[in-house]
Amino acid sequence: MTIQSQIKTLKIDGRDVGARADETILEVARENNIFIPTLCNVDGLTPIGACRMCLVEIKGSNRLLPACVTHVQEGMEVITNSERLLTYRRLILELIFSERNHNCAVCVSNGHCELQALAQKIGMTHVHFPYLFPHLKVDASNLRFVIDHNRCILCTRCVRVCDEIEGAHTWDVMGRGIDARVITDLNQEWGTSETCTSCSKCVHICPTGALFEKGKSVTEMAKRQQFLAYLTLMRSKKS
Amino acid sequence: MGQTILIDPVTRIEGHAKITIQLDNEGQVQDAHLHIAQFRGFEKLCEGRPFQEMPSLMARVCGICPVSHLVAAAKACDALMAVQIPPPAAKLRAIINLAQLIQSHAVSFFYLASPDLLLGMDSAPEKRNIFGVLQANPGLARDGIRLRQMGQQMIELLGQKRIHPAWIVPGGVSAPLTTEHRSQMLQMIPEGYTLIERTLSWFKRSLNNYREETQSFANFPSLFIGLVNKDGELEHYDGHLRVVDSMGHIVTDKIDPTDYQEYVGEAVEPWSYLKSTYYKPLGYPQGIYRVGPLARLNIIDRCGTPSADQEWAEFRELHRGAVLSSFYYHYARLIEILYAFEKIERLLNEPDIMDKHVRAFAGANNMEGIGVSEAPRGFLIHHFKIDENGLMKWANLIIATGNNNLAMNRGVLQVAKHFITGQTITEGMLNRVEAVIRSFDPCLSCSTHALGQYPLQIQLLAPNGEILDEVKTEG
Repeated sequence: MTIQSQIKTLKIDGRDVGARADETILEVARENNIFIPTLCNVDGLTPIGACRMCLVEIKGSNRLLPACVTHVQEGMEVITNSERLLTYRRLILELIFSERNHNCAVCVSNGHCELQALAQKIGMTHVHFPYLFPHLKVDASNLRFVIDHNRCILCTRCVRVCDEIEGAHTWDVMGRGIDARVITDLNQEWGTSETCTSCSKCVHICPTGALFEKGKSVTEMAKRQQFLAYLTLMRSKKS
Repeated sequence: MGQTILIDPVTRIEGHAKITIQLDNEGQVQDAHLHIAQFRGFEKLCEGRPFQEMPSLMARVCGICPVSHLVAAAKACDALMAVQIPPPAAKLRAIINLAQLIQSHAVSFFYLASPDLLLGMDSAPEKRNIFGVLQANPGLARDGIRLRQMGQQMIELLGQKRIHPAWIVPGGVSAPLTTEHRSQMLQMIPEGYTLIERTLSWFKRSLNNYREETQSFANFPSLFIGLVNKDGELEHYDGHLRVVDSMGHIVTDKIDPTDYQEYVGEAVEPWSYLKSTYYKPLGYPQGIYRVGPLARLNIIDRCGTPSADQEWAEFRELHRGAVLSSFYYHYARLIEILYAFEKIERLLNEPDIMDKHVRAFAGANNMEGIGVSEAPRGFLIHHFKIDENGLMKWANLIIATGNNNLAMNRGVLQVAKHFITGQTITEGMLNRVEAVIRSFDPCLSCSTHALGQYPLQIQLLAPNGEILDEVKTEG
């Protein structure tokens, strides 16, 4: 295969851009400073296209495609910011907010939350769907960390970082649809988990206040996510 | 059974309330009730949450005195953690609590009460508000607005936010005081003295205009309860509870606030969401007591700061024994503002006030914790129980306004008996019934743990339920 055949040229929002054949639309957009919102995606973990925030339009296709898992193709014409997309993104965010109990004012992550920041950035002013107000538990059985399902958006970053980076696979998902929950081990209290190494990667990669350090008060849970890029780099050097 | 007058809702107070006045067949007032018609359920909705959230969560009970709830809840959390917080943190919490006292008392006196005092109880209702005050006496209104602003600015300088600062945390405060913020606060204080001393002298000059109100506004013997420090001085952050009778004699002293349940009972009446607290040794309803600025100035041996002590000595000359008329709550509020400036200045000059160590860390060590402080309207109790993981199992809040519930009801009855005769409701009478409530500065959204505004409506009903007369004001 020649170098030429590995380079694809495409248009994003009318701009001509070049990309490697193995790159996704999201990666190329970021290289070119084109903003596509994401929630479940995080550099260093396998993209899964779960949150649907990164949906884009592709000329010639009726379907909206998630930029994080769609690879570039020669001659592709991508639109990232049409009115239709902006509307859908707001609706998706509103649905996320309506599904659980997100009370920013009294949240440990207030001011440091990716969900809150994204809602502000894309101009979500109201939630037009009725709130479900589910009765969800807080599991504070771990000595150092707490999981508050009220604030979980099911991005599964915790599941992936625990599996792919820490290698423990303590976290997983049970249930379907609206009843889906992240769980530790065999759906037992986190404090009783035998696989958890208490490494805190899940806590810091969590985009909201769902996972936080015990003892943190309101607004105090700023997440530190630099570890992921660093660990990925160091491990790639060893292999 | 005669007629019933309904005042619904009551205006220029904080929260929702209505008043019913029962008349006998001769048109004389027989009984009166203050109904607090809102329900909030904070004690329930906190269940299952981590205790570290409680200061900020419980502070949402109120937008006027959130700092009080932050302080009392944080103290209850300190008890759950079984820590003694670093002394500079306690001093910083005391300062922010006093800054709130300044702003809250300024709202009560200038925004809510001064229209009655300056323009008169019988003045036109459309003028009887802060804008009317601005027209009639712009200097007084400006002083009030500025005093409130100073309190709010101090809260912001310490807590980074004027309302609901998350800076007060279990174990202390989240950040030390900076040199810059300290000097900004110190710079405000001389102006504070000037404004409050000017207001005090205006108020004392105009007291003679309100002889009838001072006689009839909840003017009766009762107990007074509040916190005092170990020297018997005015105290808003810590200390022990003292109970004083109407003669000014100490009934019980040195009550550890964590033993509050031995002394304070809570009774429920079918006509109000606000529980009535009473002094347990005397039973219900004989154990009627008052809290707040008037009570605090009645229970102490002295304020503990020079200018406030001078004003206090003059204040206590008003009556032999304890000062009994609730009209003097307004007066007491002004003296407390003066005290707050003096005390803040003193605390800011403490050598360790800039110390960097302002927080103790610990997990859940006690399963039960009680925090008590003096809120602007009286003593405030937050009582929490948690499980071994630090999740809330139970909460009880006793809010200052609840402590005054029995007294407010008796006050409404007294003022209604004095001013209401016959079957026509005059505007001035309506306002006096409201004004007696205002003197207590009740915070009903707090005390029923509810929200909203207070337009007012009075209905005069015939025995058959027919509306004889009706007066409404907009909120």
